[in-house]
Amino acid sequence: MSEMQKKMSRNTKSNLITYGMVAAAFLIMQSLISMDRISYLVEGLMVPVCVYVIMAVSLNLVVGVLGELSLGHAGFMCVGAFTSAFFSKCMSDVITVAPLRFFLALLIGIASAAVFGLLIGIPVLRLKGDYLAIVTLAFGEIIKNLVNVLFIGKDSDGFHFSTEGAMSLNLKDDGMVILSGPQGITGTPRDSSFFVGFILIMVALFIVTNLINSRDGRAIMSIRDNRIAAESVGINVTKYKLMAFTISAAMAGAAGVLYSHNLSTLIATTNNFGYNQSIMILVFVVLGGIGNIRGSVIAAVVLTLLPEMLRGLSNYRMLIYAIVLIVMMLFNWAPKAIEWRERHFSFLKKKKEAVR
Amino acid sequence: MALLEVKNLGISFGGLRAVNSFEISIEKEELYGLIGPNGAGKTTVFNLLTGVYQPDAGKIILDGTDITGRKTTEINRAGIARTFQNIRLFKQMSVLDNVKVGLHNKHPYSTIEGILRLPGYRKVEREMDEQAMELLKVFDLEKYAQTTASNLPYGQQRRLEIARAMATEPKLLLLDEPAAGMNPNETGELMDMIRFVREKFHVTVLLIEHDMKLVSGICERLTVLNFGEVLCQGATSDVLNDPQVITAYLGE
Repeated sequence: MSEMQKKMSRNTKSNLITYGMVAAAFLIMQSLISMDRISYLVEGLMVPVCVYVIMAVSLNLVVGVLGELSLGHAGFMCVGAFTSAFFSKCMSDVITVAPLRFFLALLIGIASAAVFGLLIGIPVLRLKGDYLAIVTLAFGEIIKNLVNVLFIGKDSDGFHFSTEGAMSLNLKDDGMVILSGPQGITGTPRDSSFFVGFILIMVALFIVTNLINSRDGRAIMSIRDNRIAAESVGINVTKYKLMAFTISAAMAGAAGVLYSHNLSTLIATTNNFGYNQSIMILVFVVLGGIGNIRGSVIAAVVLTLLPEMLRGLSNYRMLIYAIVLIVMMLFNWAPKAIEWRERHFSFLKKKKEAVR
Repeated sequence: MALLEVKNLGISFGGLRAVNSFEISIEKEELYGLIGPNGAGKTTVFNLLTGVYQPDAGKIILDGTDITGRKTTEINRAGIARTFQNIRLFKQMSVLDNVKVGLHNKHPYSTIEGILRLPGYRKVEREMDEQAMELLKVFDLEKYAQTTASNLPYGQQRRLEIARAMATEPKLLLLDEPAAGMNPNETGELMDMIRFVREKFHVTVLLIEHDMKLVSGICERLTVLNFGEVLCQGATSDVLNDPQVITAYLGE
């Protein structure tokens, strides 16, 4: 069985390289931060970078591994962000141990995003291609808009809900408004940190890469490659589609928890939980290479940091950003570039195959 | 009792009666051929047997169990595996992984075991690798184990499809034009391979084929389909000399 051992070690090696890369990047940034060698602006970007890396990895599970196009991924992030921020704000006085509170908030964010993933997945995964993309897109927008009209308050009688406004909650004097429609949730304890983000990235990578190289992962990829053939060898297509979609939604929920606990004011706008965000994450996945997990990580980091790095160039910023997008696209997908890469970076190619 | 018993099977697409009162009875470990002109409904019969289409009339009984109206996945678990006329491999996956997808249901471990790489994962994966490599050896594909399936030469792709189907340990193997696009040499090898697989795995084979050399060489009995109806049924030599079959399909 030398063949299989070779393959196993190649997969394991590839995974270790990915973990090592992320760990090295974390250590370098962390030491730069502690030595004060990095601007306050870039330091503030570290948690968002972690959020986008997790989002890209999780979307790659749907787009690259399951082979379905989802345009509403930010919607799941939104669910995770708001449910967990809601919990943390309610509990900020009850549970004073920040790590424990964050851990519980994380579980709640993940669970609620997973439930939404499952509920959306059951009807939606019967659709294919464009239809699936449109329904997920609508889901993302609906969630964002729903949060914007929802008011929730708490007093000694319990929770009060309204869609009218904070006044119509009729709270008693001891009450407090938790979710205030377009003003969102303010005063979420800032429990996330760069370190927590790093841990979550590692966990996400661990789950996705191990899933891909397991029995369930093969079943998911077989559906992507040929649904009819997968059915003909007894693969339960609905089950595995739902599994991939739900795990992906749960991870997006975790990214949302990280995101919301990094901000004192959480509001749902087009830029953070809407269409723009979903497309942005899809861009990370496509540029990093569909199905290539490590590529997603690199693309998410580069494309999140780039606009800030280029801030000094003011007007030329978006121009350079666009050029980088095009160059990355060509580097990843143009036949000539692939040929050149294979000649000069053959070691990279092997890793990529193993990740796939 | 026969392994596969099909009675009065039929399906219509709009106004077209694609298959009408189709009957067949295949004994255990038989090599059975389904032939007929293009558009006669042969592949439709396969799609009915495997639950891709639901019949609007008739019964399909496999080894004493009524499997009519069941889903493709369930029918595979009940014991029917197939290959496709236009090859359907898991193209981006390795040859080994293609076969391992076939082993999926017979070698379970939980998702958690898989993600956490628990001992159950390691043990079952090892079993799967061993079995898959054994199957690849039977089909002379072991040296391609790590090749991406889409990079295989055409003939090997056809064989890999059979290997994948056999991985599900079927009672009945359906082959849809296994020799299509093969040269006489490859067809000869394929004939030996089909015979060998039947002996080794004690599987019953029903195949659709246009290559008369293969059909007359390995099939023990034949059913001829014409315009969705059974034209003739019986021992291979009798069927091939039947004047009706000669006019409808073989030509003078």
